[in-house]
Amino acid sequence: MLTVTALAVVRTRSLFAVVTLSGVFSLLSALLFVTMDAVDVAFTEAAVGAGISTVLMLGTLALTARSERSTKRSSTVPLLAVLVTGAALVYGTLDMPSFGQSDAPAQIHVGPDYLERIPHEIGVPNAVTAILASYRGYDTLGETAVVFAAGIGVLMLISGLRTRRRKDEDDPETGGSA
Amino acid sequence: MRHHLILRVITKLLVGTIFLFALYVQFHGDYSPGGGFQAGVIMAAGFIIYGLVFTLKRVKQVFPPWLVHKLIALGVLIYAGTGIYSLLAGYAYLDYAALAPHHPEHGQHYGILIVELGVGITVTAVMVAVYYAFASRAPILSDEDW
Amino acid sequence: MDSGTLEFVIGHLNYWLFILLMMTGLYIVVAKGNLVKKIVGLNIFQTSVFMLYISIGKVTGGTAPIFPLDMKVDPDVVYSNPLPHVLILTAIVVGIATTSLGLALIIRIREEYHTIEEDQIAEIENAVLKSEQWASERATGEHS
Repeated sequence: MLTVTALAVVRTRSLFAVVTLSGVFSLLSALLFVTMDAVDVAFTEAAVGAGISTVLMLGTLALTARSERSTKRSSTVPLLAVLVTGAALVYGTLDMPSFGQSDAPAQIHVGPDYLERIPHEIGVPNAVTAILASYRGYDTLGETAVVFAAGIGVLMLISGLRTRRRKDEDDPETGGSA
Repeated sequence: MRHHLILRVITKLLVGTIFLFALYVQFHGDYSPGGGFQAGVIMAAGFIIYGLVFTLKRVKQVFPPWLVHKLIALGVLIYAGTGIYSLLAGYAYLDYAALAPHHPEHGQHYGILIVELGVGITVTAVMVAVYYAFASRAPILSDEDW
Repeated sequence: MDSGTLEFVIGHLNYWLFILLMMTGLYIVVAKGNLVKKIVGLNIFQTSVFMLYISIGKVTGGTAPIFPLDMKVDPDVVYSNPLPHVLILTAIVVGIATTSLGLALIIRIREEYHTIEEDQIAEIENAVLKSEQWASERATGEHS
């Protein structure tokens, strides 16, 4: 289903449909994360991808265009480049351990160590929050700084200066542009 | 949106629940899936849905832009400030044992709570500020073209 | 196919499916000219990379890495590795920061160029460059 959604995004010309399909893609991937035991990630992906991201894209569409114009360039070179990259990546995965193996290198060093230490040292039931805020706290500080920088960047680009098209100077009467 | 009665009624009922859920997710991040980021996004979604159904002017009266801009910085300050406090108390940067010197485990609890609060505040404010920025522009295409 | 190869294929099928999704997203970014569609393709690419990462952290028969409330950890219960979850959580938030900045840039581009198709923007840029060259040649021609 995820593949069908992604391929539909490739072919669709109406941008409104493309944005809705991307919301559907986010929701389906959130379901996939739940089946892979990543409940925190699924929560965040559903909230961020299907919520905020869709609203912002619809807001952009209201300010730009509704549909895609057909392009004149040929699509053989990108297709070839993508196929070559995909083949190289598949070649790279031939050495990787099977799905769900419990003695894979990713599962035996740091992960179980954290799981053992958390009940004594931190005492918080949610292991993901404990690692995020305590063991890997610097990374979370950097991430908060990135969100801060992105907010400042958007404010610098679009700081609420109105364009001169509106005849009246009040706020738009309809709620938002989406 | 004046004639969409169902949307207005449902939104009035939902917005309170959304904020309550956001606070629940924020403070129960220790015990169940959740934490600062999820709570921030859900709280911002509450403000956005209010601004979509009722006008942008009214949501700006509830949560004015100057407050949003101050909160963006406040969250990062809370997070970094916890680290500075640990430095001043003589421990390493962001070492939560400084918050409760006799009970290191309680210190971890306090540290995680404060830090996630800072993250939640910044994420809420940034998402709401971005929505205000996008929605304040005059739309170029009219509503009938959709 | 003997059972060894079949097992190998089934064990690696998840990686190949996610690589297929990644390549679809990459194709959208490279081949399509519309800027908003490129951002959507980038999101698809990012999300499929996350799926690849999370699937590396899954342990067969494991459960979500959340302990019981009273912290009495049962040693028989197998937990999935929480470390990839933490990294991907950060990555999702950084992804939306990038997306919102990209969308703000698209809005400004639309206001300056009145289009969001890459071909038309390249044409306008070329025309501006040519007219500037022509103007500077005329200026130096008059002086000499």
